Amino acid sequence: MSLQALTYLYVGLSFTLYISIAIWSRSASTKEFYVAGSHVSPLANGAATAADWMSAASFLSMAGIIAFEGADGARYLMGWTGGYVLLALLLAPYLRKFAKYTVPDFVGDRYYSQTARLVAVVCVIFISFTYVAGQMRGVGIVFSRFLEVDIDTGVLVGMAIVFFYAVLGGMKGITYTQVAQYCVLIFAYLVPAIYISLMLTGNPLPMLGFGSTMNDGSGVYLLDRLDSLTTELGMTAFTAGNKSTVDMFFITAALMAGTAGLPHVIVRFFTVPRVRDARISAGYALLFIALLYTTAPAVAAFARINIINSVEGMSYSVAPAWFSKWEDSGLIAWLDKNGDGKVQYRGGNALVPVKPQYLESRGLNGERLLANGGSLAPNELYIDRDIIVLAHPEITKLPNWIIALVAAGGLAAALSTAAGLLLVISTAVSHDLLKKTFMPHISERQELLFARIAAACAVAIAGLFGIYPVGFVAEVVAFAFGLAAASFFPVILLGIFSKRMNKEAAISGMIVGLTFTFSYIVYFKFISPEMNNAAHWWLGISPEGIGTLGMILNFAVSLLVCRFTPPPPLEVQQLVENIRIPKQL
Amino acid sequence: MSENNNKYWRANVTLMLVLLSVWFFVSFVCGILIVDYLNQFRLFGYKLGFWFSQQGSIYCFVVLIFVYVWAANRLDRKYGVEEEE
Repeated sequence: MSLQALTYLYVGLSFTLYISIAIWSRSASTKEFYVAGSHVSPLANGAATAADWMSAASFLSMAGIIAFEGADGARYLMGWTGGYVLLALLLAPYLRKFAKYTVPDFVGDRYYSQTARLVAVVCVIFISFTYVAGQMRGVGIVFSRFLEVDIDTGVLVGMAIVFFYAVLGGMKGITYTQVAQYCVLIFAYLVPAIYISLMLTGNPLPMLGFGSTMNDGSGVYLLDRLDSLTTELGMTAFTAGNKSTVDMFFITAALMAGTAGLPHVIVRFFTVPRVRDARISAGYALLFIALLYTTAPAVAAFARINIINSVEGMSYSVAPAWFSKWEDSGLIAWLDKNGDGKVQYRGGNALVPVKPQYLESRGLNGERLLANGGSLAPNELYIDRDIIVLAHPEITKLPNWIIALVAAGGLAAALSTAAGLLLVISTAVSHDLLKKTFMPHISERQELLFARIAAACAVAIAGLFGIYPVGFVAEVVAFAFGLAAASFFPVILLGIFSKRMNKEAAISGMIVGLTFTFSYIVYFKFISPEMNNAAHWWLGISPEGIGTLGMILNFAVSLLVCRFTPPPPLEVQQLVENIRIPKQL
Repeated sequence: MSENNNKYWRANVTLMLVLLSVWFFVSFVCGILIVDYLNQFRLFGYKLGFWFSQQGSIYCFVVLIFVYVWAANRLDRKYGVEEEE
């Protein structure tokens, strides 16, 4: 069977599976729509959380980033897993005991304040839309690369699928489709990784393979080979980093606290029956996530070695098919600086500006000509980091049945995250905004109807973001984590661990943390992007890591204000005592 | 809050602080602050610091959560605050 036919087959089968699950698990009440009736088993919740969490970015982009950044990539590996320790130990069990539906519910009740609830609703909607825009785009891209339909059609198909199971099924439908999506995505990620690990090192486990010796009889460790290759070519050695220790520390901390404060992750722990189930399901979730996250750096090292070996010094005229294919899609560019017809792959950016701008005509060797100038570095090759996971199986000439898996896996990752986010948005609108704030007298059936309408609108808006991508989507992802770290994480944490914490402290803390983080990111990303470098950053902290400082400010302001304002009412203090104890009082 | 519940809460917070200091040590200390120092040692084909930051810390995180689950459930029973079946 051809590669494309196989891809259609896998994608078709997986979509049929998701739709069947959605029909089987429709929601009939608001409790089922919001939290799947709190009847989800911890193991299923673990798998669903893992799929919810691992997005198109984890599946498609992360290994590519690590392949090119080497040691610096560790901030994503540690940041996006370490947050689960915070969740499991500090938040999940207590929020489960609280037993409501949403994060704004907790903030509103714990701080006995509609203002606090509204600030929380705005944050939830902003963070979730930021995130979901990238997912729909990811769906469109996978469709266009592998199924050769245009991106817009791809986004529309993705919207239709998500619409079907999120609007009909609510949390209940989403949970069980996410379990299936986890299985699809982890299979699609591990199989090519295992195959490539066997080819390069003879070790079937990629996590151990990249610490083993090469399979070529030389007895050299793979990472040592990679370090010497990269150093010879004038690149930073793979196992050494470029980022400062301060920045690595702050970025990793912001990603961890941000992960623990992301509403679509927190809400998953409302879906299990008991407090102890919330604890163990955080463990399962991280175990499932770790399977992919410990494989990703291995994939990154394998890919870097394979790419260097296959393109460095190669004559363009004999370039393999994948090279020209990705050049045609605009993700590879070659500028023959010394006119020898061969690809020189060295350190530094090849082009000025960095991203290629193609002309219509072709050069002497058949390469696409560029409007860019050449940089001073001898490097002649531009490779977009996003192609690593997509192109690596082709580069290593894996069989078609494996290459075709990647599309189905990427779609599973993007769709599962999109659905989780859309549900959080619709819940924030129907439950927190309408039922709890503006229309308290609506019946349960009306609330459910509003939830479905809100979900449908959210799907439509997310789809529009996918079809008309705003250029700054990638830029604003730093927002999502920074804001979650600077707002929800401290407010929820103090709400559980300090009985004295009151509404004045919570609101002023959130406002200071948010304003600070927001202004810093906006200043460096949008107002003065030319100043966005270590020389101008405060204390050497990049916008990616500033959420940590925002969080520290939030803690400081909260604890200070708390000392000079009256304690919370007695029933709130009892609420805190109650959520600390698993037993029903 | 009853005396028993207070004791339970203090034991729980202690457990949490112990586990979080391990969490901080394997990721922020070994994976970031002293990564260069650790890189002079080796664990098979990995430099030790590199291994902590890209593999070891993640394994420790998983183990930490399961240890917490086991210890927290034990505390629940010890102080008689576990949920009804």
